[in-house]
Amino acid sequence: MSEQLTRRKLIVSGLAAAAGVSGLAVARRLAARYALIPPDSGGIYGVGETLTYASQRLLMSYHSLAREFERSQISKVIPVNGPPPDNDTYQRLRAGDFQDWRLTVDGLVARPSSFSLADLKRFPSRTQITHQACEEGWSFIAEWTGVPLSYVLNLVGVSPQAKYVVFFPFDQSWDSLDMPDAWHPQTLLAYGMNGEDLPTPHGAPVRLRVARQLGYKSVKYLARITVTDTLKNIGEGLGSYSPEVGYSWYAGI
Amino acid sequence: MKHSAVVRVTHWITAISFVGLLVSGIAILLAHPRLYWGETGAVGTDSLIDLPLPFVLTGQSGWGRYLHFLSAWVSLLTGLVYVVSGVLTEHFRKDLLPAKADLSLTSVADVISNHLHLRRPTEDESFQYNVLQQITYLSVVFVLFPLMIWTGLAMSPAITSVVPIFVTLLGGQQSARTIHFFAAGALVLFLVVHVAMIFLAGFRSRIGAMITGNAAVRKEHA
Repeated sequence: MSEQLTRRKLIVSGLAAAAGVSGLAVARRLAARYALIPPDSGGIYGVGETLTYASQRLLMSYHSLAREFERSQISKVIPVNGPPPDNDTYQRLRAGDFQDWRLTVDGLVARPSSFSLADLKRFPSRTQITHQACEEGWSFIAEWTGVPLSYVLNLVGVSPQAKYVVFFPFDQSWDSLDMPDAWHPQTLLAYGMNGEDLPTPHGAPVRLRVARQLGYKSVKYLARITVTDTLKNIGEGLGSYSPEVGYSWYAGI
Repeated sequence: MKHSAVVRVTHWITAISFVGLLVSGIAILLAHPRLYWGETGAVGTDSLIDLPLPFVLTGQSGWGRYLHFLSAWVSLLTGLVYVVSGVLTEHFRKDLLPAKADLSLTSVADVISNHLHLRRPTEDESFQYNVLQQITYLSVVFVLFPLMIWTGLAMSPAITSVVPIFVTLLGGQQSARTIHFFAAGALVLFLVVHVAMIFLAGFRSRIGAMITGNAAVRKEHA
């Protein structure tokens, strides 16, 4: 009798283990198919990253908007981490008030283009007052004005194969967004802050604004945008500069 | 009382993930050991509390964040198994819900007095939770852990884009961070008392009971 029970237990737990393993395999394939696995999903920490990214992606929609605030709530103190790029190209463009600056948009697009600051300012703009937290813990509220990234993506005609939009600044801090964040209405190519031109320490002439993630995803000093279906060949293949220095690619926290 | 297998396994996984959360939480805090109230706060603005800690992990607390969220997921999923099982097996109702009689002022005072005199529990007493233990465990499981999860989620700009009241109810993102800190402090206080009580009640037998489930082996009276 007890032997039988043991055998039954053995069979049941064997079946349960098999179901568990194949369930995980199925979950992994489904997750990959619906773009729920972040580019830095390797290693033990990747398990937590994938759970966070997948669950937040499933919870959020195009219509989930980061909270917006009143003008009176704009912070008086807005700290800055890190200096502007010290390379000659950036310094020269800055000295010329960014008249010669161009934003290149290429990759998996029908019409590769480059835009001047004046071009971007002619496009329909969006102004939003949002809260931004730094991964260190401090935070501020500011008003941002810019052209929605979705408008520019529509202008250049994004290929259906596109999975990521990659942002290259004048320094090393490149980053990328998945398509849901790239198309999100609050994702801006911002050229204005608190009613004025974007100040140099905050990313002049144009920076990215990603309202639903931590501050470090909002790449400053933009130079080039590339649309791609894979991040494997860029940098160390982890999706951005952040994982190369120990920070997660996805920062919706 | 014999601890069920679910209680024992979830207890130790929670213990390990709590250590992960605590160590990584301290690492994250050391990137900016100041607390604020409201939506915003930064160096140069008024703080609620300047913790007497150095700003040592600025720009290098990435691993803290990775470990924190991995531990949080382990803790959350383990907690779900524990709570669902505790409801289904009526563990909460039978073992942790204080009896009406035990909630009277005199019987609570009795238990407190026993604790203050560091009186060891008798054989019988150690087989069931006293009213202070019941209230403490219920508060940890149903108040402090949910509060940690809530205030943690309230700091996420992605989550609050879906459920803004998570953060507005708390008075802002920095308020959420501050409450997260104090609730963590309460959990650490619980841990210290919890471990101290285990030493008082007999370390080997109590640890043994939580590993093997066999509470009958309680010969340690040294």
